[in-house]
Amino acid sequence: MLALVSPALLVILLLIVLPVGWLAWQSVYQDGFTLEHYRRVLTEAIYWRSFALTFEISLAVTVIALLLGYPVAYLANSVPKGWSILILSLVVLPFWTSVLVRAYAWLALLQRSGVINQFLRYLDVISEPLALVHNTFGTVVATVHILLPFMVLPLYATMQKIPGDLMQAGASLGASPTLTFVRVFLPLSLPGVLAGCTMVFVLCLGFYITPELLGGGRTVMVSMLVSRNVELYNQFGAASAVAVVLLLSVLLIFVVVGRFVALDRILGQK
Amino acid sequence: MTTRTFGLGCAVAGAIALGGTAADAAEQITFVSQGGAYQQAQTVAVLDPSAKKLGITINQDSIPDAWPAIKTQVGSGKPIWDVVDTPTGYCLRGGEQGLIEKLDFSRIPNAAAMPEAYRSPYSISYEFYSSVLAYSQKIFPKDAPNSWADFWDVKKFPGRRALRNHPIATLEAALMADGVAPDKLYPLDVDRAFKKLEEIKPHITVWWTSGAQSAQLLNDGEVDIEMAWNGRVSALAKEGAKVAFTYNQGILQSTSLCILKGAPNLDTAVKFLNEAVDPVHQANLPLHIDYGPGNPKAFETGVIKPERAAQLPSEPANAARQALMSYAWWSSPAGEAAEKRWASFLQK
Repeated sequence: MLALVSPALLVILLLIVLPVGWLAWQSVYQDGFTLEHYRRVLTEAIYWRSFALTFEISLAVTVIALLLGYPVAYLANSVPKGWSILILSLVVLPFWTSVLVRAYAWLALLQRSGVINQFLRYLDVISEPLALVHNTFGTVVATVHILLPFMVLPLYATMQKIPGDLMQAGASLGASPTLTFVRVFLPLSLPGVLAGCTMVFVLCLGFYITPELLGGGRTVMVSMLVSRNVELYNQFGAASAVAVVLLLSVLLIFVVVGRFVALDRILGQK
Repeated sequence: MTTRTFGLGCAVAGAIALGGTAADAAEQITFVSQGGAYQQAQTVAVLDPSAKKLGITINQDSIPDAWPAIKTQVGSGKPIWDVVDTPTGYCLRGGEQGLIEKLDFSRIPNAAAMPEAYRSPYSISYEFYSSVLAYSQKIFPKDAPNSWADFWDVKKFPGRRALRNHPIATLEAALMADGVAPDKLYPLDVDRAFKKLEEIKPHITVWWTSGAQSAQLLNDGEVDIEMAWNGRVSALAKEGAKVAFTYNQGILQSTSLCILKGAPNLDTAVKFLNEAVDPVHQANLPLHIDYGPGNPKAFETGVIKPERAAQLPSEPANAARQALMSYAWWSSPAGEAAEKRWASFLQK
C-alpha cells in the first residue's frame, strides 16, 4: 500500500508542500526575521475590506448553492438509478469546461448587450439594460455555477446512505410526507449539508479568475491581493503573508467544522 | 504554453537558418519578450535581420510578466537570459536594485543618437504604445470626445465608461482632465489626481485589467468611452468595429531593452542592443504590428510610408500631442507610494 501511494505523496511533497513552505518562510524572513508583511496585512484597511468581502461573497455563494443544490440532490436520490445518473452527469458536465470559458460565457449572458438583457428588453420588461455583471452580483452568479457540483455531490452521497425504511416507518406512524422529511430525512442529511457547505465556502475563499473577469475591478477578493502584492512590493513575502493568513483561516474553518463532522466525510472518503 | 512553444520554435528556426552561414556559432544570446503576435512581429522585423547581420544566434523565450523571473534568475547568481524586452519601469527598478546591467552608450551608438528622454542608464526604448481615449462611433458619430476633460464631462458625453485598473497613465489622464498641460505633469500631484479620480469613479462601469478585456468591452458595447491601448483599438477598427481613438493627450509609453546583471553573453548582448535599435530594423517593426518604433530616426529612413506613420504613436507629430510617460518618476518612492494608494482608492 505504501509503495503504491508513495509516488503521489512524493509529488505532493515536491510540488505543494515544499513550495508553500518556502513561500511561507519568505513571508517572515527577508534579510533577517521580519513581521513587517503581517503587520501590513493585519493593520491596513484594504486587507480587512478584502477579507470581509471575500467572506461575504463566500457565504452568499454557499447559501445560494445549498438552496439550489439540495433539491437537485434530493431529486437524484429519489428517482430510479438511470435518471439519477443522468441528473448527476448534468451536474458534473460543466466540470469539463474550463473555468475561464465559463466566466466568459457568463459575460456573454449578463453584459449590457448580453442575452439576458436583450431578451428582457425584447419583452419590454425593462427599458434600460440591467447592470448584471462587472459587480459583485455577476461574480456571485458565476461562482455559484462553478461550485455547485461541490455542493450536490456530497449531499447526494449522504442521502444515498439514508435508509428508505425510515421514511416508510415515519409514514406508517401517521406522519405526513412533509413531516417525515423535516423530522427524519433532513436531520439525517445534515452531515452532507455541512460537508457541501464547507467545500463550497472554502473553495470560494480562494477564487481568482471569476472575480477578476466579472467583478469590474471593484470586487477585490483576497486572492487578487496576493497577485497584486507580488507586483506592488516586488517581494514574494508580501504576497505570501496574505496567502498564509487565508490558509490559516481555511484551516481554522476545518478545525471548527471538524468538531461537528468527521473530516474524512467532507473530503469524500466515506 | 503556446508562447513558450512559439519561442522554442523560433529558436529552432533561427538556429537552422543560421546554421549554414555563421561560422562562429558560439556567439549567441537569449532574448525574452512577451510572446504572441508582438513577438512574432519583432522576430520578422528586428530579431532575424539582427541575427543575420551580426552572425549570431538569437534564442527566444517569452513570458507575459518578466519581472518575477528577472528577480529569481539574477538572485540565483546564474541568469540564463541575456536581453529582456519589458515595460521600461522594470528596467529602471531593476537597475536600482542591481538586477540590470548599466549600459555603456559609447558601445551603443544607435542608442546614443536617440533623444535622452528615450533612454536611461539601464535601458533603451524599443517600441512605443499609447494609452489613448477610445470611444464608440455608434454612440458618438460626430463631436467625438477629444480630451480627458471630455472623458470627465459626463453631461456633454453621456455613456458608460472604463478606465484601466492601474494608476500608471490613469493618474496622468486625471491630471490632464484637471487642466495640467501634458508636458508639465511630472512630478505628479498625486493628491490632486486622486481627487479628480474620485469625481469620475461613480461613472466608471469597469476598471479593466487586461488589454483583451478593454477591447472586448468596447467591441461588445459594454462601455462607450474608455482608456485603452492604441493597438487594441486599431485592431478592433480593422475588424470592422465602429470604434475610434484620438492621440490627443494620449500617454506615450514604451517597453525597453535591458540586460540582466551577470548575463551569460554580456558582450554579444551589448552588440545586439545596438543592432536592435538600428533605424531600419526599427522602421520595419510598425509594418508588422501597430506599435511605434523606439528610435525616432526610423521615421527618416523612408521605410514607413507617411500614411502609416500618421497612425503610429511615436510619429513626431503624434508624439507632440501626447504626454511622455516618466518611468523615472513612477519608479521613484513617490511613484511607488502612488501605486500602493491605488487599491484603497478603488475599494473605498
